[in-house]
Amino acid sequence: MKRAAAATAAGRSDAAGRVLADAIRQGRRWYWQRMSAMVLALCVLVHLVTIVYAVRAGLSAEAVLARTRGSLAFGAFYGVFVLACAVHVPIGLARIAEEWLGTAPRVADAAASALAWLLAALGLVAVYGMVAG
Amino acid sequence: MDRSGDMLRVAIWRSRGDGGGFAHYDVPREASQTVLDVVTYVQRRLEPSLAYRFACRVGMCGSCAMTVNGVARWTCRTHVARVADGDRLEIAPLANLPVVKDLVTDMREFFDKWARARGRFGGARTRRDDFARVDPASPARRAADAGIECIGCGVCYASCDVVRWRPDFLGPAALNRAWTLVNDSRDTAQRERLAAVAGDAGCHACHTQGSCTERCPKHIAPTAAIAGLKRATARAAVRGTLGAEPR
Repeated sequence: MKRAAAATAAGRSDAAGRVLADAIRQGRRWYWQRMSAMVLALCVLVHLVTIVYAVRAGLSAEAVLARTRGSLAFGAFYGVFVLACAVHVPIGLARIAEEWLGTAPRVADAAASALAWLLAALGLVAVYGMVAG
Repeated sequence: MDRSGDMLRVAIWRSRGDGGGFAHYDVPREASQTVLDVVTYVQRRLEPSLAYRFACRVGMCGSCAMTVNGVARWTCRTHVARVADGDRLEIAPLANLPVVKDLVTDMREFFDKWARARGRFGGARTRRDDFARVDPASPARRAADAGIECIGCGVCYASCDVVRWRPDFLGPAALNRAWTLVNDSRDTAQRERLAAVAGDAGCHACHTQGSCTERCPKHIAPTAAIAGLKRATARAAVRGTLGAEPR
């Protein structure tokens, strides 16, 4: 995506190119945050309903694990949930860092990418543990 | 209620060498009196050197906006009875704009931002072409209609916290203008305009606080226009057409 932005901005003056690259970057970030937010809205709702149901039914940790192990539906749902979080959270935090801490966009983007990979890795490992552990 | 005979205690911002301060005047209260009437009374009867700006007096020209009791308003259509705090009225220049003198602000930056947001119509037809046919019921025409009555008074700009935080932000009025043109099927500068309104100084800086929409005297919703620009720029950015030359 960065290459495409640079290619689109190529052939213009440096200042105009930077403004356009920033415009493309912001537009894409907004798109992905909005898309991930739509997924998260559904996931959070299902997640909360599931938790309330599980607690009301008085399920123990063992009983929960007994239901999640080997469940492809559980793995797929929480896999999507984790990936949506990994997209959504770093974009928002990078924006906050830029606005409130004055972090340079390049630094904020690098930190956001690292956080995205970390969230995805930790989350998917947890989901794997619930399904296959 | 007829409050004729009562006096208003009016504080008006006056420029001085050190920046300025409020000067106090007593103004007779009248029925159906507007804030602009009060300022005019002070200038004509009490303080001839008071500088302020107005033209049409009927809410069309957008030149008389001021900060009245802390809130940006068009003064020619704002009745004293609606905004006075008891018998007190505090009148200051619009916020977020440099003061020229007293209640007069320098609007250059405000209107320069309209130009930076590509607020100028770009058409391809000539006078020899037929009229463009635009369906008044089409979603795009309705979206343009919703924002087209802006009078450029600067109330939204003065009410915007994001403009206060980051002076390069284009502001609600310029972005609203851009949105009306994004929805103009005759306009031929769409790609350049979307690139101009995206990014840190453009629609993506908006925090959707809605002060512009709440304060707009014409009941326009720049917040909705900015949300529309975010959607349009995101679509273009993902498709790779943002700022690209048309093929």
